Formats: sequence, structure tokens, C-alpha cells
Amino acid sequence: MHTTNAVNGANYLTYQGKYKGLLGWIFSTDHKRIGLLYLYSIATMFATGVLLGLAMKFELLAPGKTIMDAQTYNATFTVHGVIMIFMVVVPGLPAVFGNLMLPIMIGAKDVAFPKLNLLSWWLYVTGVVLVLCALLFGSGTPDTGWTFYAPYSFKSGTNLLPAIFGAFVLGFSSILTGLNFLVTIHRLRCPGMKWTKLPLFVWTLYGTAWIQLLATPVVGITLVLVALERVFGVGVFDPALGGDPVLYQHLFWIYSHPAVYIMILPAMGAISEIIPTFSQKHIFGYKAIIASTMAIAFVGYLVWGHHMFTAGMSGTAQYYFSLLTFIVAIPSAIKVFNWISTMYKGAINIQTPFYWAVSFIFVFMVGGLSGLVLGALATDIYVHDTAFVVAHFHYIVFGGTGFAFFAAMHYWFPKIFGRMYDKAWANVGWLIFTIGFLALYSPMFYLGMMGMPRRYYDYLEEFHGGNILSTIGSWVLVTGFIIIVTNLIRSARKGEPAEMNPWHSKTLEWTVTSPPPVLNFEKEPVLGEKDGPYNYD
Amino acid sequence: MAEHQHAHVEHPDMYDPESSKIGMWLFIFTELLLFGGLFIVYSVYRYLNPDAFHLAAEELNTFIGAFNTVILLVSSMTIAMSTTALQKGHKKVAIALVVITFIIGIGFLVNKYFEWGVKFSHGIWPGSEQMLNEMSQGEILFFGLYFVMTGLHALHIIVGLIIMGFAIKGVANGKVNAKRPSLLDNCGLYWHLVDLIWIFLFPLFYLIH
Repeated sequence: MHTTNAVNGANYLTYQGKYKGLLGWIFSTDHKRIGLLYLYSIATMFATGVLLGLAMKFELLAPGKTIMDAQTYNATFTVHGVIMIFMVVVPGLPAVFGNLMLPIMIGAKDVAFPKLNLLSWWLYVTGVVLVLCALLFGSGTPDTGWTFYAPYSFKSGTNLLPAIFGAFVLGFSSILTGLNFLVTIHRLRCPGMKWTKLPLFVWTLYGTAWIQLLATPVVGITLVLVALERVFGVGVFDPALGGDPVLYQHLFWIYSHPAVYIMILPAMGAISEIIPTFSQKHIFGYKAIIASTMAIAFVGYLVWGHHMFTAGMSGTAQYYFSLLTFIVAIPSAIKVFNWISTMYKGAINIQTPFYWAVSFIFVFMVGGLSGLVLGALATDIYVHDTAFVVAHFHYIVFGGTGFAFFAAMHYWFPKIFGRMYDKAWANVGWLIFTIGFLALYSPMFYLGMMGMPRRYYDYLEEFHGGNILSTIGSWVLVTGFIIIVTNLIRSARKGEPAEMNPWHSKTLEWTVTSPPPVLNFEKEPVLGEKDGPYNYD
Repeated sequence: MAEHQHAHVEHPDMYDPESSKIGMWLFIFTELLLFGGLFIVYSVYRYLNPDAFHLAAEELNTFIGAFNTVILLVSSMTIAMSTTALQKGHKKVAIALVVITFIIGIGFLVNKYFEWGVKFSHGIWPGSEQMLNEMSQGEILFFGLYFVMTGLHALHIIVGLIIMGFAIKGVANGKVNAKRPSLLDNCGLYWHLVDLIWIFLFPLFYLIH
């Protein structure tokens, strides 16, 4: 009843709405167009963050000053962190693939609040612009690290206010996206789409959305307090006025630890779509994956203290946080078993997304197991604030979320653009990228164990070898990245037209044309008794 | 309605009052956690500085605080009555009740203005010389939190008033009606939240000794 003839035949990429050209995109409330807006903006910020990371690695090529001084290095890792965390990995999968695919996967026409969805993107852009203002104008680029630790965050003479405000606005954008997805999943599932038939990517978005909704406001208010501290000297985090900087760390990590699950849960969801598709087999332990997703979302709230083992905390609290940290590792391990069991006796079809997915499992396991070293009290004291932490973190967040992002990109690409990429080049890109990744971060485990601290532009001569390898790794990684991106951009314009369901998947987004029509479905889909997201024969 | 749908061909009319309500409740959860962070900070510092917090609280005017509490409770009642009036189709009554709520909200802010004004005239504001030179650390924290928390609450009152403005406009031109009451309903929910937070702020700052 809602479809008019004008809409039929046109897909969401070519559809001519109220506005023409660019305006038709930046004012579109179509979830797919918003998803692409996010993709382009996040990809831009990712490229910026990569350049900064490349600069840091170049600085560490040799001991002493190579290309930048200490202050510039501090600013570089701060901006790299702020961009990569708040603008890339936190919004990453939910905002891009959640927006593009979630409504189609549950058989809906759009998200519950399309206008709010567009507002989220505008808030994202506003946050980005604010942070860039901090970078370009005022009394110097922020140099506190992405964590904005008190008391330095209100003592530093650099232009921190716009950066803090920008992070706050980005948080608000993330909250609204989460809220929108929650209502969408509750209210807009098509007939027959029971909770036990939801694709796992949708389930992980659901868990993620709760975390976005309930954790982000805590860091929001904390950042507001830091800003007020800078402007008015309220005193809450200032030891000179009776405040406690460690309390800042608590409040910060109450959000920022759950935030790493905002980053990783949708990544796990995407992998849970890709593995069954390319194994042509029902996902092993569907309900176990759902349970472990919700367990991660819940227990993830209670482990923030493990970021602060050396910051001053009672012994009892340390034991508690350490124990819970080990417990939260279990649901992640369950998922790894599920993915591997899914492949067992499957008809495995080795394609680019599958390469990304299995390499995801590998780097995620290395990252996860090295996390246990940091979760254990005795060993954490030893490696705290060393390159080991940086290696662990990048294995999880870049290796986990990043690899899953590329997996999802290569998986849904034919659906999004209606064209297929060059598979050979995609595989070459993946191989070079992965080799670069391993060379870049693996030496840091060793360097950290040997005692090289993080966040210094300089190091002792004995760490030179490992750092050279790491820097060369960064060049290899960027080479792979350029190949991947070039291939995707070229293919989005000139690739072979893609079939409706090139991977023979069973989820709903593959039952519509590629690219999808404006309103997703010609007729509202209905799931029968035997239909399901992973029901392969 | 047909025209409306035609203009938004890209996005069919998906009005669902249940969705709006769930969305608003979820937003209220975020607001509660936003203030929750502040309540944690307050609890920690109250625990560490019980005497100073007691001393500083003497400075506050319990009468104005109590008066503001009462009028805010009344305003919650009037906005609840207005949603009921709209359900029953009494458009004019509904508008009148929101307007009353609006006026009470303004009244709350006026009281707040005088309250803060008195503090300022006593030289009490974050970072003032009076505070830094003559007050203990606990008292500085108390007033720091007092200004931040009541200030943030006042900001929420202002946002509530703006939403009320839209609700009044919507009810007046008929876009918000008994069949599509979401804007007024959500405005009411938000106002109850603002009221509820004040119900906690009032004893924490004015009453506990």
C-alpha cells in the first residue's frame, strides 16, 4: 500500500528522492544511504588514523628523534587514539553494517526512527568536526592520550575542550543509534521472525545497543565534569581541591571497558554470519552464541577495574576484578569453539570473506589469550603500560574489529553495491594486510615483555631490532590496505554485476535484489516454520 | 494523509505509538545513568567528607528547595492530567494543562535563579576566591557538585520546556491528537524524569544532615 509505481524498479543507490545529488544523500532518511554515509565518513577517519599510526611507527624506526619530538609524538598518539576509538571502531560495524543490513535482515522497511537515524549521522559529523577543531586551532593539539586522564586533562595547556566536547557528541550519536536499533529489533521484525530465528548479527547488535545505551552516558557525564573542571575548577577530580583523580579513572572505565564490547560484539556477529554461509552448514550452537553474547554484554560491565590494577585499589577489589575478567573471557571462548565446530564437516567454500573470518579467529585468539596475561594480577604489574598492552589491544580491536569489518565488507559488498569485486586482488590484499599486521604487532608482545614502555617517542638501543620489524610491518600493512581499498572502490564503480545471492546464504538480505530496492521488500516477507537464517540442507 | 504519504514516498508512514514509548523509556534509562554517574561522585565525596558536607548544606535555603519540590510535583500532576485530557478528546483542556505545567517550570527556574543569585552574592561559585580561601576541601566539593548537579537539572528543565512548546503547538494544530498522542506522552514522561531527578537532588543537598 505504501509502494508507488515510481519506486518499483529503482534501487536505493539510483532512487531520486526529494533532493538531488549530494543533498539526496546527506538528507536521506533511508537506512541504507545512511549506512553508506557512515561507511564513507568512517573510512575517511580510518585512513587519517592509519596515517597517524604510520607516522608513530616511523618515529620508532630508530631510537631518539627520527621525525618528531616528544610533544608531537604525544599529540599524535592522542589524536590517533581519539579518532580510532570514538570515530572508527565504536561506530564501525553497528553504524555501517547495522544500518545497511539490520532492517533487511529482520524483514523491515527501515529502522524504527529514520529521522533520528539521520540525526545520529549528523551528530557523528559534528563530533568529528569538533575534534578536528581541537587539532587545527587553539593552543596546541591535545596530548593526554585518548583516555583524558585527570588531573593532566585539566592541567594540559593544549586545546582539549573541543576534543572532549567532540567525544561527548560522538557518544550521543552512538546512544541514539543504539536506541534506534533496540526499538527496531523489538518492534519491526517481520511475521515469523521469532527471537530464536534472528540472525546472529542482529543478536549481537541487540547486545551492543544495550551497552551503547547504558554505558555511554557515564563517560558522557565524566567528560562533562572534566570540561567543567577545566573551565570553572569545580574540584571533583582535582586533588588540590579535595577531588580524586582515581575516581575519574573508575568513571571513565565504567564506560570504556563495556565500549570494547561495543567494538567486538558486532564483529563476532558478522563472523557468525560468514562462517555458516561459507561452510553451507547450520551455525553450531545458535543459542549458545546468543547466551554468550548477552553474557558478555552483562559481565562486561563489571570488569572495568582491571584497567586500574596499578592505579591504587584495595586488594579485595583487585581479586574481584581479576576473577570477573577471567569469567568474561569464557563467553568469547565459547564463540570461538562454535565457529570452528560450524566448519567441521561443512562444505567449505573458500572466498575472500572466509579468509578474513578465519584470520579474524586467529588474531582474536592471540589477542584474547594475551588479555589473560593482563587480567592476572601478578603478571599485569609486570607488563602494565608497556608495548605488550598496545600489542594486546591492537590484536583485539584492530585484529578483531578491523578484520571483521573487512570480512563484513567483502561479504556484503555485492549486496550493497550490486557489483562483485575482483576476488584475486581481494585475496592478495588480504594476504599482504595480514602479513603486515602480524609483523607490526607481534614484535610488540616481545618488546613489552622486555620492558619497553608505551607512549614514548624514544627507546633504548636494545629494543631496536623489534621496532624495525614492527615499522616494516606497518608499511606492509598499509600496502595491503591500499590494494584492498583500490580494489573495492574500482569494483563499486566498474565491477561485474552481482547476483542476488552470490554466497548462497539463507538470511533475508540475500532474498532481495542487489542493490536492494528503496523499500527493501516488494512484499513484506513472512518466515515459515522451516525457514531460518542458517537452515542449509 | 494521502498527501503526506506521497511527499514521503521514500519513507512510508510508520507511526507506532508503542515504538515511540519504548524509545522514550530507553532514552530515560540513559538520562538516569547520566545522573547516576554524578550520584556516584556525590556518594563517594559525601562518604569521605561527612562533616564538611553537613556544614555546607546549612548554607542552602530549605524553604526554597521544598517550595520548588512541591511545585514540580504539582507540575507532574498537571502534565499527566493533560495527557488524559487529550485521550478523552478535550483539546483545549489539554493545552491549558500543558501551559500551566510550562508556567510552573518557568517558576522553578526563577526560584533557582534567586537561589543561585544569593550564593553568588555570598561569593560562592566554583573557583571563587571566597571558596578557595575560606572553605575546606569538603565544602568546595559540596558546592562544586551542587552547582553542577542542580545546573544540569536546570538544563533538563529548559529542554523539557522546549519540548512542551512543541507539544503545545502540536496539540493546537491537531497533529498531536488522541490517535497520535506520542509527542505529548513522551513530553510527559520526560517531565516526570526531570521531576524524579529533583526528588533525589532535594534531599541529597538540602535535607540530609
